[in-house]
Amino acid sequence: MTSTSDRRVVITGIGVIAPGGLGTKAFWELLTAGRTATRTLSFFDATPFRSRVAAEADFDPVAEGLSPQEVRRMDRAAQMAVVCTREALADSGFEVADPTRVGVSVGTAVGATMSLEEEYVVVSDGGRKWLTDHRYATPHLYDYLVPSSFAREVAWSVGAEGPATVVSTGCTSGLDSVGHARELIREGSADVMIAGATDAPISPITVACFDAIKATTARNDDPTHASRPFDNSRDGFVLGEGSAMFVLEELEHARRRGAQIYAELVGFASRSNAFHMTGLRPDGREMAEAIRVALADARLPGDAVDYINAHGSGTKQNDRHETAAFKRSLGDHAYRTPVSSIKSMIGHSLGAIGSIEIAASALAIKHGAVPPTANLHERDPECDLDYVPLTAREQQTDVVLSVGSGFGGFQSAMLLARVA
Amino acid sequence: MTTVVTGVGVAAPNGLGRDAFWAATVAGVGGIGPISRFDPSGYPAQLAGEVPGYEAADHIPSRLMAQTDHMTRLSLTAAQWALADASVDPSALPEFGMGVVTASASGGFEFGHRELEKLWSKGSEHVSAYQSFAWFYAVNTGQISIRHGMRGPTGVLVTEQAGGLDAVAQARRQVRKGVQLVMTGGVDASLCPWGWTAQLANGLLSTGRDPATAYLPFDANASGYVPGEGGAILVLEDEHAAARRGAAVYGVIAGYGATFDPRPGSGRPPGLRRAAEMAVSDAGLTPADIDVVFADGAGVAELDRVEAEAITAVFGPRGVPVTAPKTMTGRLYSGGAALDLVSALLSIRHCVIPPTTNIRQPAEGLHLDLVRDVARETPVRAALVLARGYGGFNAAMVVTDERNGR
Repeated sequence: MTSTSDRRVVITGIGVIAPGGLGTKAFWELLTAGRTATRTLSFFDATPFRSRVAAEADFDPVAEGLSPQEVRRMDRAAQMAVVCTREALADSGFEVADPTRVGVSVGTAVGATMSLEEEYVVVSDGGRKWLTDHRYATPHLYDYLVPSSFAREVAWSVGAEGPATVVSTGCTSGLDSVGHARELIREGSADVMIAGATDAPISPITVACFDAIKATTARNDDPTHASRPFDNSRDGFVLGEGSAMFVLEELEHARRRGAQIYAELVGFASRSNAFHMTGLRPDGREMAEAIRVALADARLPGDAVDYINAHGSGTKQNDRHETAAFKRSLGDHAYRTPVSSIKSMIGHSLGAIGSIEIAASALAIKHGAVPPTANLHERDPECDLDYVPLTAREQQTDVVLSVGSGFGGFQSAMLLARVA
Repeated sequence: MTTVVTGVGVAAPNGLGRDAFWAATVAGVGGIGPISRFDPSGYPAQLAGEVPGYEAADHIPSRLMAQTDHMTRLSLTAAQWALADASVDPSALPEFGMGVVTASASGGFEFGHRELEKLWSKGSEHVSAYQSFAWFYAVNTGQISIRHGMRGPTGVLVTEQAGGLDAVAQARRQVRKGVQLVMTGGVDASLCPWGWTAQLANGLLSTGRDPATAYLPFDANASGYVPGEGGAILVLEDEHAAARRGAAVYGVIAGYGATFDPRPGSGRPPGLRRAAEMAVSDAGLTPADIDVVFADGAGVAELDRVEAEAITAVFGPRGVPVTAPKTMTGRLYSGGAALDLVSALLSIRHCVIPPTTNIRQPAEGLHLDLVRDVARETPVRAALVLARGYGGFNAAMVVTDERNGR
């Protein structure tokens, strides 16, 4: 492997599918308007469930131009990743010249869980048969079993033949997949990576499993205001779906072809709390450590951070945990830095959200504006930072910290910076 | 910086624990048999490699039993053995200096099957509070890090059967960046009816009923593969850190390459050869330095041919001994290549290449020096391990003894 120190990695193309907005433009308009896209769950009859709110994307694979066979072969999450990849490629203007220098890194927390459950219902005859009947299964069931099929679909759609992988670290998958892609470019294993994440988890088993631990909101009578990070009245996250994919390039590669550059990925780190599969310690030390290491990786001081795109899931445990982590890692600068959670508007799409939040961070740099935290009317007294309530804020934004926290104890931090 | 392996933990269908596995593997004793975990009689494929003699309660604290799938229990056990083998006490190491990177192919599928059944037959209120994480792909990494207080970098890679190598390569990156110790590898299991139904859908499972003939990579009668469960967890350290504490070293993770096959119809060549060449080159070696190739061994004629062509393109016809001891275990998904890596390291340590069992009639035109039937005693200083994940993932890794790969 070649020396890594001098290779820099930049975002030159973005594709987003999010609740309330298909495409990067609609996504950014939603965020800066402070609109929410959470609503009563409509994908199935959620009457028996505790949480009946979801952030659903109005994504129709046929309308997006996928062929009937592609639609059948791919789970919804893979479909979204492929459509986002197409937007990112068009946005960047990148065309594959040497396929061996182009790799793929796709994050997902729960893979093809939606298609798996649909198939399970058929082969088990509605849960009646423990010995599931293979004769009723779709021939694509194996592609749903192994979510590595997502990376294959993206690689095929691009024509990539470099290193390809799925990164699956729960709710930090979308940060970690981009961090992984950055590493492969830096070490010289690829010049271009098609990277990002996708998840489509709005299915009965996922809703049931979060019901069981009361992680999701029960604010069923007020779905559009149900995702309330940092607000004193919050009661859990809103399950969402979506995808964001990027064209990542080595800086000189991008410059040679005169590409637009949104931002550079200047620092990344992940740490683990080794504490609990779903619990967080209130002191935020492992997230703080990830932030410190990412800053060192970026060779930036903490007070260079202009904006923090928070995990902000809207659980009391998370909001306090990361508030502590920001103070622990940035000191007094944490109090001077705007912090916001776009999950307040588009919910929590598990592994996808980290990449969607990287997209929001890159767009904040490009447009000089910070998205707000919607639904934040009365701050949790223990969350005493500037969470940018309700309305977006125009401000010169050169360095953004985006963090994620997930089941398994995973904590990740990504730093983006404007390229002069 | 040189990354060395200082500990291994094994849970394989032909042996629970490193020594039982290696004794069986060198002797050519397989662990494939009729599925016992559920009644397979209604399915076209009925053989699998099940890990023998594993009583979870003997290895896993009772508080973890309700929240873990079979594959997580096996991985926790293998991780514990790997640490003991490396003579490491994690509590004596810096908490942020230890990381965990594992591969997974399909998560804790049996756990997921039980919860799906509860949901659909009894109702949502019956779903376990542990379902939110017990089945997902990241569970083994999370549970290993929690059990041993490892707070450094973590990772989970999913590339089906190639994952075992991809995870170890990612662990090596972390060691090179200064992480003192990284647990890595892969352990998989989805031997439940629902997992079996899903595996059958790829059309590659052998429907043979005789364990001696069902899975025959590179044989004229190749007719698919037999799945198995298990795998291996390895302890990786920087060589100087390992030397400072006087650790015994299995070998060096010397080279790695990963590629993806061209999309169908492109007319471009498959990527396995390129991955193998990258791994050899990354190790600072030439093909002549490689003493053995541990093959992916798909057991599907077309895939076997592609692999044989890659090997002969790099090494020449019959240019290097080739073996696929997974004829004794079946294909273990993310655990398969991790286990092959352990076999490669043990080949180096014991100067013996384990055999590819059951091959009676090598397929024509493959030009491989296949180590058949009985182990071959020979010095092994450098080994190449190949792995392919369903859909087009290729990975290759070179391990060497301590004097190579610097």
